[in-house]
Amino acid sequence: MPQSLQPWFLVIQRLGIALLTLVIVSFAVFFATEMLPGDVAEILLGQAATPEAVAGLREAMGLNEPALSRFIGWLIGLARGDLGTSYVNNIEVVELISGRLVNSLKLAGVTTVVSVPIALSLGIGAAMWRGSVFDRIVSMLTISVISVPEFMVATLAVLIFAVWLGWLPALSYGVDVSSLSAILKAYAMPVITLSCVISAQMIRMTRAAVIETINTPYVEMALLKGASRKRMVLVHALPNALGPIANAVALSLSYLVGGAIIVETIFNYPGVAKLMVDAVSTRDLPLIQSCAMIFCVSYLSLITLADVIALLSNPRLRR
Amino acid sequence: MMAEDTDTTAALTTPPPRGPGWSFNWVGRIGLVVILFWALVALVGPWLAPYPPGQIVDYDFFTPMSANYWMGTDYLGRDIFSRILMGSRYTVGIALAAVTLACTLGVILGMVAAVAGGWFDMVLSRLLDAFNGIPSLLFGLVVVAAVGSSIPVLILTLTAIYMPGSYRFARALAVNVNTMDFVTVARARGESTPYLILREIFPNILGPVLADLGLRFVFIVLVLSGLSFLGLGVQPPNADWGALVRENIEGLSFGAPAVIFPSIAIASLTISVNMFIDNLPTKIRDRSE
Repeated sequence: MPQSLQPWFLVIQRLGIALLTLVIVSFAVFFATEMLPGDVAEILLGQAATPEAVAGLREAMGLNEPALSRFIGWLIGLARGDLGTSYVNNIEVVELISGRLVNSLKLAGVTTVVSVPIALSLGIGAAMWRGSVFDRIVSMLTISVISVPEFMVATLAVLIFAVWLGWLPALSYGVDVSSLSAILKAYAMPVITLSCVISAQMIRMTRAAVIETINTPYVEMALLKGASRKRMVLVHALPNALGPIANAVALSLSYLVGGAIIVETIFNYPGVAKLMVDAVSTRDLPLIQSCAMIFCVSYLSLITLADVIALLSNPRLRR
Repeated sequence: MMAEDTDTTAALTTPPPRGPGWSFNWVGRIGLVVILFWALVALVGPWLAPYPPGQIVDYDFFTPMSANYWMGTDYLGRDIFSRILMGSRYTVGIALAAVTLACTLGVILGMVAAVAGGWFDMVLSRLLDAFNGIPSLLFGLVVVAAVGSSIPVLILTLTAIYMPGSYRFARALAVNVNTMDFVTVARARGESTPYLILREIFPNILGPVLADLGLRFVFIVLVLSGLSFLGLGVQPPNADWGALVRENIEGLSFGAPAVIFPSIAIASLTISVNMFIDNLPTKIRDRSE
């Protein structure tokens, strides 16, 4: 067994793997959208186009060049922030995306701020009073949320908060920023739904991480010496569970990516995911590619972050 | 922890028929019953439907539950009960086909990689890990954008999404089994690689692999429903349960049964599979350990 490696070396190694993964992912995204049936020039010009017109457009768009050189050109463009031009309305993709990206990041940010404290306290509480009624209710709720599709959580939230309680509008159409209460109402449903989806994962992983630490002999020793259950968990066990918990938080946040696609669509929230779903129905390939890359990058960075945190916090993984 | 509880209670009341660790507890049994129920519905349901699923039977739309229309009618006035029965075929059928393909491919490749090792193992593992770096719903979106949506495309896409996970799981199990003495003995006997994989390794990872198959089935149902909900899955006039929710989402603001019942159908299937897998007899689940 080799000596434990330098942490920075492992971190760089992880980043390298993430970068390699990203290249493979971009390769897959590019070729899935470019190579498969349906010539872009034909789609753009419609059924009635003459072969000459199609050939001219192909030439103008550079579609006659070999695919590999187009892929490399596309990658270089991506790296320089040049995402190409939308097929549908001829607007620079960067322009289309930038505003939407800010909206999506706002949604993700608010969701994180709301869900992380709630999820951590529920998870730690469930571990502290393990086997109690509280623990069982939390476990049952999280399992239910995990095993149903995201849109069902949204449906249920609408039923509860809009239909039965009447507190919020059912489906918000566009973000109206005229007053504070309007902003709150527009954000409330998407944030509630997304928070439920990612909290469920976070609560489960936090609970598991704390319980694993509680089961170690030194925590048992604290209990035997007469520390209260609360003190045992919060003072003795928690500091050592922080690494796995941070890992759990980063991993759960990666569920934001899938969740956002559904939630932005169902609530008509003007974010990147909604943009992408609309782009799929119009087959606007440059827009789809760019949105897909944004999601892959955020997903990969969160997963890599979780990996790095786990590495740094647990020396046993560094072998 | 769960298993210990059930074992002790089982031991206290009656001696379990096949030794400890082999019997299902009641949560697992409920899960199994619901799963069998939906399997039966997917098989014979369309013949039980009171109305043709595509026919407009009521000129009023989003009607509430009544004796004629057990689960109300949808946004066009079609019978929701019949459409759910028909939809079970798409949801259960597509998910089952995809999970079977994904796990068969994944497990075979995983076992071969574990036994072969070397560059084959390394290249395949790296490549499939990279696939795991794509969020599943996003992958579906991109493929549907490129080739359009049809049932074979859906099955193959879902297979591609969940095969890498199955591969990783089976490979990890097979690597462990591969180092055990009985495999070494078989190899020393001069048995061929196919023999090693089929007769020595496969039987010893079967239990956990089946449990993994169940969980993967749930994920596939979720992604399929998500895609259909976005309008990119099963195309009209056919509809799986996710598409039924999408079609009738307008009825949500007044709580129409047309949007609630398909949701319940999805939830009952996925939750019961989870309940079943979580409470599998420990002897099946942890066979390799």
